[in-house]
Amino acid sequence: MSFTYGLLAIVGLAAITVVTRGFFLIPKREVPIPAWLREALRHAPLAALVAAIAPDLALTDGHLLDTWRDARLYAAAAGALWYWRTRNLLGMILVGTAVLLGLRLALGW
Amino acid sequence: MTTAPGRPWRHPEFRRGAADMAGVSLGIGAWGLVTGVAMVKTGLGAGLSVAMSLAVFAGSAQLAALPLLAQGAPLWVVWATAFCVNLRFLIFSAGWRAYLGALPRWRRVAIVYFAADLNWVYFLRRFPTPAAAPPEAQLAYYWGGVASSWTAWQSMSLLGIALADVIPTRWGLGFAGTLALLGITGSLLVDRATWIAAAVAACAAIAAFALPWHLNIVVAIAAAVAVGVLIDHFRPVPPGPVATGDEPS
Repeated sequence: MSFTYGLLAIVGLAAITVVTRGFFLIPKREVPIPAWLREALRHAPLAALVAAIAPDLALTDGHLLDTWRDARLYAAAAGALWYWRTRNLLGMILVGTAVLLGLRLALGW
Repeated sequence: MTTAPGRPWRHPEFRRGAADMAGVSLGIGAWGLVTGVAMVKTGLGAGLSVAMSLAVFAGSAQLAALPLLAQGAPLWVVWATAFCVNLRFLIFSAGWRAYLGALPRWRRVAIVYFAADLNWVYFLRRFPTPAAAPPEAQLAYYWGGVASSWTAWQSMSLLGIALADVIPTRWGLGFAGTLALLGITGSLLVDRATWIAAAVAACAAIAAFALPWHLNIVVAIAAAVAVGVLIDHFRPVPPGPVATGDEPS
C-alpha cells in the first residue's frame, strides 16, 4: 500500500476516534439520544465486526475456500470453542494462534 | 487537602485509578501486542504502524480497518467501517456528558479521546453518579486510569510492531488480529437477535464480496442492522441492554 494512502487513512481514523468518543460532548447543550438511533446502535458494531472478519475467514483471493486444508479454519474453530467454554479473550487468541502456527509450520497448510 | 485543578496526579484518586486499571493491564497489553503485530503483517510499514497506534488508539477499529487497507479499499469504506465499529462510544459519550458537561467543550472532547471501553466501565463503578465525589477527584481518578491503560496499550503495541518486523510473514500471525475480533464478536452475541444479525452480516459480506469498492461491508452492515432492529421490534420482551463488548482498549 502506498504511504500517502496509509497516512490519509490513519488521519481519518484518528478523527473518527475523536468524533465517536466525544460525540455527545460536542454540542453546547445536552442532546438526548433518539430512540431509533439507540436501537440501531445496538447492532451496528457487531455488524461491522462480522462484516470485516467473515471474508477473512471464508475467502481466499476473493473465492470461497476450495480446500479444508486451511489453517485459518481450524485456528478460528479452536479459538471460538475456547472462548465459548472460558469467555477468556486472551486464552482464545493464544489457542487460536498456537493451532495456526502448528498447522502452518508442521503441515504447511 | 486541596489540589490544584491542573495537577490531577497529586490527588490520591489518581493513584487509585491507576491501580484499578493496572489490574486489567495484562489483557490490555496482550490486545495491544496483537494489534501491533497485525498492523505490520497486513502491510502497513513500521512507521505508519507506530503512527496508527499513537494517533488512532482504538484496537477494534484498527483491526477492522487493516484487511480493508491491505486490499486497497476506498478510504470512505475504511472510515465507514471504523466508524461503525466505534459507534458504541456514542453511547459512552452520552454517559460522560453527565460528568464532564460543565467543562469547556474542547477540553471535555480532548479528555474522552483517551477513554476506551474499560475506562468508562471502571469510572462508572467508582462514581455511579456525578454527585458521588467532587469533580477534581473524578478527573484525578480518570487520569490515573488513563495513565495505566494508555501506557499498557501503547508500550505493548510498539513492542508488537518491533517483533513483527522479525517474525516471518508466512507464519500468518496477522491472523491473531482476526482471532481477537472474533472474540469481541463472541462477547456481543448476547441474544437471538444479535446471533441472527451476525449471521446476516457474515452471509452478506461474503455473498456481496464481488461488489466494487468493498461495498460488501456497507451492504452487510445495513442488512444486519435492519434485521436486528426488526427482530427487536417483533419480539414481545423489551430490547436488552446495549451490547458494548469487553474490548480491553
